[in-house]
Amino acid sequence: MIELKNLKKSFGENVVINDVSAVMDTGKCNLIIGSSGSGKTVLMKCIVGLFTPDSGDVVYDEEEFKHMSPDDKKMMRQKIGMLFQGSALFDSMTVEQNIFFPLDMFTNSTKAEKQKRVDEVLEKVKLKDAHKKFPAEISGGMKKRVGIARAIVLNPKYLFCDEPNSGLDPQTSLVIDKLIKEITEEYNITTVINTHDMNSVMEIGDKIIYMYKGDKEWEGSNKEIIFSKNEKLNSFIFASEFLQDAKDMRMLEMKGKIDNDRNMDELLK
Amino acid sequence: MSFFTHLGRFLLMIKGMFTRPENFKMYWKELMHQCVELGLGSLGIIAVISVFIGAVSTVQTAYQLVSPLIPRSTIAQIVRDTIILEFAPTLSCIVLAGVIGSKIASELGNMRVSEQIDALEIMGINTKAYLVAPKILACLIMIPLLVVIAMVLGIWGGRFAGTAANILSNVAFDRGLLSGFLAYNVFFAIIKAYTFAFIISGVPAYYGYNVQGGALEIGRASTSAVVTSCIMILLADYLLAAILL
Repeated sequence: MIELKNLKKSFGENVVINDVSAVMDTGKCNLIIGSSGSGKTVLMKCIVGLFTPDSGDVVYDEEEFKHMSPDDKKMMRQKIGMLFQGSALFDSMTVEQNIFFPLDMFTNSTKAEKQKRVDEVLEKVKLKDAHKKFPAEISGGMKKRVGIARAIVLNPKYLFCDEPNSGLDPQTSLVIDKLIKEITEEYNITTVINTHDMNSVMEIGDKIIYMYKGDKEWEGSNKEIIFSKNEKLNSFIFASEFLQDAKDMRMLEMKGKIDNDRNMDELLK
Repeated sequence: MSFFTHLGRFLLMIKGMFTRPENFKMYWKELMHQCVELGLGSLGIIAVISVFIGAVSTVQTAYQLVSPLIPRSTIAQIVRDTIILEFAPTLSCIVLAGVIGSKIASELGNMRVSEQIDALEIMGINTKAYLVAPKILACLIMIPLLVVIAMVLGIWGGRFAGTAANILSNVAFDRGLLSGFLAYNVFFAIIKAYTFAFIISGVPAYYGYNVQGGALEIGRASTSAVVTSCIMILLADYLLAAILL
């Protein structure tokens, strides 16, 4: 579990995060959503320690990040895996070497043990055949999967994903979402995802935090979001007519007015 | 940003490099990789420049020494001292500032912009120690060696040009080389090489490590790094000469 306690962060006069408190649950996908410039990336960077908050603290399973010694922070970071928006793969290394890297740096395992672990995670992200390729030779979706593999190779307790679906087609986005959800549940890790992909919100959003101009505007689950009366949230989430229709359909479905298969043929008669 | 802000940030970067490595073997591997990339990778250009500079020095010195009272072996003395004192350390390092400096600045800049540095930080790796320190250390190891090679090749180039252009014989050149030789000059050149090596690696590393923005900024950082390094090399060259000679 990760607890955010009154986080504040400014850049000069510009207040980017304004007194945000929240709890990220273990074994669940915790989504931070919001429009561009709402402060969600800065919030994530504050949580992982890439930015130092002006005030407030981040508590990882009762350990306060702010009060940790530099060595403890280093140890804590080894429990964190992160998938970056642009994947951030080391472009001078092959897919396999990218995944080997954290193992080489932080474990004393034998070559065979490391190879076994790399093969396991490559199997998990279904990239067994691409292990000898360089990042420049693979697609965006594959890069994201390599990023996930590298993030989970050390069995992290916390997984952070910054816009995992940006630049991906809807089908590949679904694959990535499913993979993240599967990993979160299988390894019982605390996953925090920054996104503005509505599919992700509805499919894997166990817990959703909506950021608006640096404030936490709303908090709930993907089931509650449908019935939310928050205007700012609704105008962000259901921005197009198509999405509003989809929301209405989902509401009717959840209220039992239409069945799960939607019986569209019957309704259209 | 003022000069002092840059200086302060540069010193903080250097201070940040001195931590216990997470894995000594990986740091050693990275150091060796940088020695090959930055040192051996620059050997070709240094060899070519040194041989030609030596050859041109011999021809031009002979062109200016027209008095029959001055022995031809003096040409070798002049070529030797010019190459050891100035051409091998300073000119080579100006060239290396372009070759190595732009490589370091663009590599680190690209890693910063594409969040690879953040990825390493998240893993708990001290990126200043893992990315910057091996580059500076590799330059401190390899550049003095390159300068010594430049001295040898420069003098050889001068000797070769002397015979090829029928200016002076090999025997006369060798006699000139040995007469009035001061070992201190080589020591002075090595001191310069170490100073320049630190500038060539440290300044571009600072520019590259602190890039903010995109591809355009990487290019700008690379250019600024090379220009600043060159100016600092010339400044250090003068200061060292004024202090040590």
